[in-house]
Amino acid sequence: MENTSLLSQLADNWMLLAMFTLFIGAILWALRPGSRDVHKETASIPFRNEDHPGSSEIEELQQ
Amino acid sequence: MGNYVKLIALGCTTLFAAIAANWGRDVAYIVHAMIIMAVSAFLFIRVLRQIDAPVAATPEGYMDDVIRAGVIATGFWGVVGFLVGVVIAFQLAFPQLNFEVLQPYGNFGRLRPLHTSAVIFAFGGNALIMSSFYIVQRTCGARLWGGNMAWFVFWGYNLFIILAATGYLLGGTQSKEYAEPEWYIDIWLTVVWVAFLAVYLGTIFKRTEKHIYVANWFLLSFIVTVAMLHIVNNISIPVSIWGSKSVQVFSGVQDAMVQWWYGHNAVGFFLTAGFLGMMYYFVPKQAGRPVFSYKLSIIHFWALIFLYIWAGPHHLHYTALPDWASTLGMVFSIILWMPSWGGMINGLMTLQGAWDKLRTDPIIRMMVISLAFYGMSTFEGPMMSIRAVNSLSHYTDWTIGHVHSGALGWNGMITFSALYFLTPKLWGRAQMYSMSAINWHFWLATIGIILYAASMWVTGIMEGLMWREVDANGFLVNSFADTVSAKFPMYVVRGLGGVLYLSGALIMAWNMFMTIRGGARVAAPVGVPAE
Repeated sequence: MENTSLLSQLADNWMLLAMFTLFIGAILWALRPGSRDVHKETASIPFRNEDHPGSSEIEELQQ
Repeated sequence: MGNYVKLIALGCTTLFAAIAANWGRDVAYIVHAMIIMAVSAFLFIRVLRQIDAPVAATPEGYMDDVIRAGVIATGFWGVVGFLVGVVIAFQLAFPQLNFEVLQPYGNFGRLRPLHTSAVIFAFGGNALIMSSFYIVQRTCGARLWGGNMAWFVFWGYNLFIILAATGYLLGGTQSKEYAEPEWYIDIWLTVVWVAFLAVYLGTIFKRTEKHIYVANWFLLSFIVTVAMLHIVNNISIPVSIWGSKSVQVFSGVQDAMVQWWYGHNAVGFFLTAGFLGMMYYFVPKQAGRPVFSYKLSIIHFWALIFLYIWAGPHHLHYTALPDWASTLGMVFSIILWMPSWGGMINGLMTLQGAWDKLRTDPIIRMMVISLAFYGMSTFEGPMMSIRAVNSLSHYTDWTIGHVHSGALGWNGMITFSALYFLTPKLWGRAQMYSMSAINWHFWLATIGIILYAASMWVTGIMEGLMWREVDANGFLVNSFADTVSAKFPMYVVRGLGGVLYLSGALIMAWNMFMTIRGGARVAAPVGVPAE
């Protein structure tokens, strides 16, 4: 019983705070200034390496 | 050296399974022991015959054989799962279909978990495994890590399916919804799943791309979370090592809470996060343009991960579970509406500038309807999790309708479009054998889902209202049997919806077979203009 109430206390404040901060932090990190180029580069990954591993030339996007 | 270890392990397994087949206490266990004995004896002979063969050089390029096998397995299990679904739908409408000669193996109670596991774990699971192997290689620019371990994952997972399916028919079940397999099958699945995680992570570690594409985040969270859910929900102690029966460690409301923490996150991480991983790869590929907003996809990911895990208690409104816990589950379910719709919008808007493809490309059309159903069922779900709505909807067929609009609409349609994308690509064909057959599949499946969902809404709400109807003196007006007979017409409509969905899948199986065998037909595909 002691352990349960201790764990529930921890979950109620510190753990809640930690997870909330982590969540907000992850979102803010995604929205940080200067992330645009990184994201643009990452979003184009599916259009590379179609047939062979590790070829770094960017294939033309099929319009 | 490695081969000798394998031989010893396989020999011991065969011997142990033979003893278990002899000493087994129940039919399911004995049959499983025989299956394991046969499989390990076969593998023993196979390893033995190759023991002095020279070690082949590591092949270059992507490892696609295992994905080809996965594509075929997905198509096969899809047809099997839908067929069993149609059978049990008509068993509900016409109980005479629980034939006397097939008792107890062919009755509804044993076929129902066969259907749910066949569609979720056999069809959905094979789809997830094969597409995660495809996606992780392409987006990492690296061959699958671990050599033949990917084959172990494929065959090991399908052995799990066989053991689970035969177990249900023979009466081996621990009676936990969507987690019915007994203890030794659970242990086997854990082994296979750890190998799956190792192959996946190993490939990510040796990637040649700098960043990890968002589809991999979703797929990785699916693999990790399912491992955690599976282990916690299946903590049980076998009664005997020679029998399939086991006893759960948790009991009472704790057991119920663990079960629905598992159950809802199986929806959240197996049927949602995993399939979103497929969506974030195949939709941009088929549309020929990158995802609408990469930022939104990251926020979608983190919001889904942080919120979904809390939603389980909404399955336990008005039970022994404390009110605060079910309120917590309800609140998180409602908040989940936002990331779900963010993800749906992100997928749909990927078509921005390519909307004309909706008219000409039946695969894109399938992806769009799949996202539309993702949006609809993630709206309906939070609504049904509200305690007041749940008091009407819970235990009625409305729940069944909700599950099927998600499973048939979202999971089924996105898997079909992935199969249509992958089959020509993996077998080196220009496109599917028949594009008009895809169109037929699309309409049969869509109309089938509409019949299914609409009839279940009607029957579910009617049933809920009939259950709570009281007369002026406070007595219940309807008996349970009254609701059963009132539901008959809707049950027939539901069965017909299932028949349409199954026929669409049969057309797909034929189309896949023809594509694999022969390549595209020369005639111009219907509805595609010459560009």
